[in-house]
Amino acid sequence: MGGREVAESCVDNLIIEMVSAYCNRFYESKPDLAARRIEAIGYQVGLQLSERYTMERPRFTDHLEAIKFICKDFWSEVFKKQIDNLKTNHRGTFVLQDNRFRWLTRMSVDPTQTNTDSSLETTENKETQSASMHLYFPCGIIRGALTSLGIPCAVSADMSNLPACSFVVRIKV
Amino acid sequence: MAPIVPRSGDAVFANVERVNAELFTLTYGAIVRQLLTDLEEVEEVNKQLDQMGYNIGIRLIDEFLAKSNVSRCVDFKETAEVIAKVGFKMFLGVSASVTNWDADGMSCSLILEDNPLVDFVELPDTCQGLYYCNVLSGVIRGALEMVSMKTEVTWVRDMLRGDDAYELKVKLLKQVSEEYPYKDDE
Repeated sequence: MGGREVAESCVDNLIIEMVSAYCNRFYESKPDLAARRIEAIGYQVGLQLSERYTMERPRFTDHLEAIKFICKDFWSEVFKKQIDNLKTNHRGTFVLQDNRFRWLTRMSVDPTQTNTDSSLETTENKETQSASMHLYFPCGIIRGALTSLGIPCAVSADMSNLPACSFVVRIKV
Repeated sequence: MAPIVPRSGDAVFANVERVNAELFTLTYGAIVRQLLTDLEEVEEVNKQLDQMGYNIGIRLIDEFLAKSNVSRCVDFKETAEVIAKVGFKMFLGVSASVTNWDADGMSCSLILEDNPLVDFVELPDTCQGLYYCNVLSGVIRGALEMVSMKTEVTWVRDMLRGDDAYELKVKLLKQVSEEYPYKDDE
């Protein structure tokens, strides 16, 4: 693709600030609504990026081919690496695992620290909560990208294995 | 020990981690779009974009100082040049020019002819009054406040509104002198 570049910290800071604005200012007491808005922003980005990246490609013939495109080309453009592991149950569910998900490693979220102090525990919960809020954005991106390829789906994220992160894609039939 | 030499904007940009500008531009566009839906009032969107920029600016200044090796600027004129030539370049990959100084050197214009924030952007008529790039003015205001300069940053020209360039007026309102609890030689 080549072309214009900006510093990566521009993207990081913009996302951090967007998530914080939605969670702490606009919908402070309504995390569900904040999550939905953050996902919607991601969806829009995924939709447009995918349209751009596939402009000169033939249409994908099946779901697996489209998912592979997301894992390889699309992920490389956005995260500068490919998805590390792809699993499927062959019934419309795909698990895309990134062993070192860039946006989590760069956001200095570290819920792996274990401590028993209760006051620290709440901070930790808060951090985990904010990390999961951040994940609505990439979930939205994946859903938007697949939708633009003609595949309606639901996407959720699992970060129980940090810094690895898994995205679960369930294709709607 | 060799003195630390300030680096040119090009050199700093070449050394930072970079991404495809598309991701940045489309993410910003999607945020503005969602804000317009959620906040309804264009005025409120302008305000929130500025606030987001301010919050980003107060964090970004650390990265800027750490990576640019820029030392203390002697005056506001030098500060403006550094923002235009090093700051903009380091983060957005484009530099700005500085003009329109007032007589006492307290206000100037930063002019951007190339602005990655607005690639692929066209504003519908319903967005009249929107300062699409308001995040930028917020960033500058926030970053300068962290180095003790209170400023007011406003848009003078905006290509999305039909002007021929992007022009930001930066006015120094107050310079808070830093007071150290000790002297240099102690």
